[in-house]
Amino acid sequence: MSDPLFSKKHLKLLTDPLNSSNPITVQVLGICSALAVTAQLKPAVVMALSVMAVLAFANVIISLLRNTIPNRIRIIVQLVVIAALVILVDQVLKAYVYDVSKQLSVFVGLIITNCILMGRLEAFALGNRPWPSFLDGIGNGAGYSVILIIVGFFRELFGSGTLWGFRIIPESWYITHGGFYANNGMMILPPMALIVIGIIIWVQRMRNRKLIEE
Amino acid sequence: MNRNGNTYTFLYAAVMVVLVAAVLASVSIALKPRQKRNYEIEKKQNILASVNIETTAKTAEKIYAEKVVKEYLVNTKGEVIKGDAFNTDLKKERAKTPDKMALPVFECQTDDGIKYVLPVRGTGLWGPIWGFIALNKDMNTIYGATFDHEGETPGLGAEISTPAFQKPFKGKTIFDKSGKLISIIVAKAGQSAPAEHKVDAISGGTITSKGLQKMLFDDFTSYKAFLTKKKL
Repeated sequence: MSDPLFSKKHLKLLTDPLNSSNPITVQVLGICSALAVTAQLKPAVVMALSVMAVLAFANVIISLLRNTIPNRIRIIVQLVVIAALVILVDQVLKAYVYDVSKQLSVFVGLIITNCILMGRLEAFALGNRPWPSFLDGIGNGAGYSVILIIVGFFRELFGSGTLWGFRIIPESWYITHGGFYANNGMMILPPMALIVIGIIIWVQRMRNRKLIEE
Repeated sequence: MNRNGNTYTFLYAAVMVVLVAAVLASVSIALKPRQKRNYEIEKKQNILASVNIETTAKTAEKIYAEKVVKEYLVNTKGEVIKGDAFNTDLKKERAKTPDKMALPVFECQTDDGIKYVLPVRGTGLWGPIWGFIALNKDMNTIYGATFDHEGETPGLGAEISTPAFQKPFKGKTIFDKSGKLISIIVAKAGQSAPAEHKVDAISGGTITSKGLQKMLFDDFTSYKAFLTKKKL
């Protein structure tokens, strides 16, 4: 433990995933859930927070166990840790905050299949101490969240005319109410999420030329 | 011990699995009573919601005790049979042959008189969907409906649990003039169906909408004898 808790090196673990090593737009991990849960802003935010929490704790646990895990079954050990954490979270939510667990419904299970988790455990937690691993988990969770929230924002706004369930585009604009506007039905379907992510990747690479492959 | 040897690997896997299993099992047992209570409260809230009585998790049990005056089971011949209506598991009943099915009925006292609440259960796109339909005394006109689901897609199939989808059920009828069971047709825009039996489907949620339509038809068919009998 030579470094202080928030040394420059540690802070980089938090900030890099937001931009130059973003799990979605640069590493292209966790795309499936980014398509599935971003039709509305609220589930996107909830999913983002859940992934961040599970990722941070799984990283810490794997990091603590890293010197004992037999090399040949390390992927299985990682999977067991993730699955056990997710089931625990699900059970506790069902018992104590039932309405939240209802909103999360299928997403909690989806966390297990999120490739970001396995990716970070394998690439980072297996070779680093618990504290950097925790920061790495939070950082990557945040990087994932940023993209989910941006995609969710545009999809809900243009697909349903609402944000967080509140109406943004006035009813009177709609053709059914004598206006000129109609929601873009394509926006609530998964293909449009992929296109939005594609545009984000484009914009990001325009601003950060280092990311462009030769 | 050699950390790459077979013995270590087997031992590690065995210990890990037993530990994780023990933790999960004990958490599950410890939290079961609380979870069961949450399910029951939710069911009571749903039954009350189908007759348009809004409740919170805190008030549901008290209001339920006041408003739901009778709970009983009927069979597919329409006869009342013995049993615990509230805790009847619809999933198990649906798996039985029609002559063995026990179908719960809840009678609710509302400001508009007695309503008959029938639970329904079927299949959406990803998993089960279910709900409660409240019928007026004529056993034909729908007074209210609630639906819920386990894991339909948010923004698409999951819209069945929103008021926007459920409100239009009010006032629809399930029998036509000749007394034939039509149930409710969940129709896409442009699909023609008699207005008194039709509600709008969810765009992007076709399979959930179809599943809901099938669920209603199947379950009204099971209750048909009871409905016809009670109407007279």
